[in-house]
Amino acid sequence: MTNNRSWIPYLLILPSVAFLALLFIVPLLQTIWLAFSDNGVPSPANAQRMMADINFARSIKNTFLLTLAVVPVQLAIALVMGTMVAKVGRGRETILWVWTIPLGISDLAAGLVWLSILQNSGYFNSLLLGLGIIERQASWLSYQTPVALFFAIAVAEIWRGTAIVMVIIVAGLNQVPREFREAAEIFGAGAWTRFWRITLPLIRPALQSALILRTVLAFEVFAVVYALGGRNFPVLVGEAYNWQNQNQNYGVAAAYAVLIMIISLAATMIYLKAIKVDPERLP
Amino acid sequence: MANIVIDRIRKSFGTFEALKEVSLTINDGEFVSLLGPSGCGKTTLLRIIAGLETSTSGDVLIGGKSVTGLPPKERGLAMVFQNYAVFPHMTVYENVAFGLRMQKAEDARVKAQVEKAAGLLHIEQYLDRYPNKLSGGQRQRVAVARALAVEPKVLLMDEPLSNLDALLRLEMRTELKTVLQSAGTTTIYVTHDQTEAMGLSDRIAVMHNGVVEQVGTPVDVYNYPATRFVGGFIGNPPMNFIKVPVTNGQVAAGSEPLMAPKETGDEVILGLRGEAVQLAPLQLGLEMKVRVAEPMGSHLLLTGSIHDQPVRVILPSSETVRSGDVIGLKLDPNRITWLSPESGKSFPAAMAR
Repeated sequence: MTNNRSWIPYLLILPSVAFLALLFIVPLLQTIWLAFSDNGVPSPANAQRMMADINFARSIKNTFLLTLAVVPVQLAIALVMGTMVAKVGRGRETILWVWTIPLGISDLAAGLVWLSILQNSGYFNSLLLGLGIIERQASWLSYQTPVALFFAIAVAEIWRGTAIVMVIIVAGLNQVPREFREAAEIFGAGAWTRFWRITLPLIRPALQSALILRTVLAFEVFAVVYALGGRNFPVLVGEAYNWQNQNQNYGVAAAYAVLIMIISLAATMIYLKAIKVDPERLP
Repeated sequence: MANIVIDRIRKSFGTFEALKEVSLTINDGEFVSLLGPSGCGKTTLLRIIAGLETSTSGDVLIGGKSVTGLPPKERGLAMVFQNYAVFPHMTVYENVAFGLRMQKAEDARVKAQVEKAAGLLHIEQYLDRYPNKLSGGQRQRVAVARALAVEPKVLLMDEPLSNLDALLRLEMRTELKTVLQSAGTTTIYVTHDQTEAMGLSDRIAVMHNGVVEQVGTPVDVYNYPATRFVGGFIGNPPMNFIKVPVTNGQVAAGSEPLMAPKETGDEVILGLRGEAVQLAPLQLGLEMKVRVAEPMGSHLLLTGSIHDQPVRVILPSSETVRSGDVIGLKLDPNRITWLSPESGKSFPAAMAR
């Protein structure tokens, strides 16, 4: 009798598949077509125009530098946070709640928060002035201070995006039974050894998910950059936005979108290869 | 090799007192079980000895040296956990070698020790596998081999067999005894299973509500329980407790009255092992009303009452008793435990033998 009903799971899954197909796969194919066609015929014109643009190389460089600077720091901070909170008994929930507040803030709002801190008349300059460290308002976010601008964007991104990594890491750490660390301790492993040889290998799946998610999101960075740097700090999604809205050139915007997707896919593949998760070697 | 002295250990979790001044001495090379129901504090005590938990007060000495405040790795001990805690991301070989690697032992010594331990536990053929490919029993062997490979002064085992199925548990129990006898390591073994404790231990410490109620050899603890709790916890069926009146220092039991200990008042509790009785003609023994008779093959199990109090006794299967019979039971005075109705403790007369 149960065999006759094997179509039920498919039926129940169908709406979600159809919904995703309609709103994801169709636009995806349209975007790819838009990127690689010109007046209805296949053409590399959009891609060529994208690559010939003066901001193209800069936006690639900026996006990659930002990702390289932000993701490892976020992972390290998240691991430290997760390890620290694991030692806490009472108040653990409250601490986690406070730590995840940035998760509930939209990226544009986060950008504006940091803008209010770092703009010329912002809180940071007021503090420095008050302490007598600077004598007049310093500029951190202009095109004349690219290093400060880069740091400002990186710090804002780290502030905004670490919580999601932390949530995944904490969930991963919770999956590792306490006895593994205790056994290692009994058999002579110090805190550092326990972390590197026991904890880290056992949270591989969480590390992998966190890195993939965070890296893909880092390649899509936009609103924080837009709020803090405007066009002084071109990034890939920012360029796609400009071609779409300012230049009204959907083809080049689509080419950028496809490029971002290719980069994200490549990064995901690299992580899947580099951090192999063998289910047989998990608790 | 080392002896262990547990000196007035207390442990409180908030207002809850998990251990109330526990003292216990374990001799060099001895196998001692901490036996008790869950929540009695036995695992807490083991974790304090291991250094995984800190005591509220008191001291632990291993080999004459206080280890309070020392981290686990400086205590010279190894431990086997209830859920094995075999590292899933390392091969069996690397698991067994883990302690030696942490000691930075030379490769040749690691290899020799791993092979020796693996040989003892019969896991040589699994050395290059990952633990998830192994059954529970095999993983347990890996955990024991990992502990023995470092040749610890003290071996701590926390319910090591309780995750195994019944048949495997019996097999592993016998094997553990063989392996540990040849190793001669001082061992503390935590269990709630009295047959495990009886079968494996040189001595048993029976714990209850954070207190050690009795320490003794399995036979002593079985035959001469120090408290009502011990008698009731050990043995299957558990010891019978019958409150009986005392007249002129005697307890009536058919034709041969029993001499109660001098310290008793008007009443005493008679602690009676189910098998320490013989069938006797009705007027010659203690009267028992049999409610249910269950022939078990090896013996006959009778459930009923004496002095209107529930009892279970065991007779040889050759006897014929039926449900509803009223029978006489002759008691062996040497195998009776007399207990005070007030304190629940046994009178020293019984302990003295």
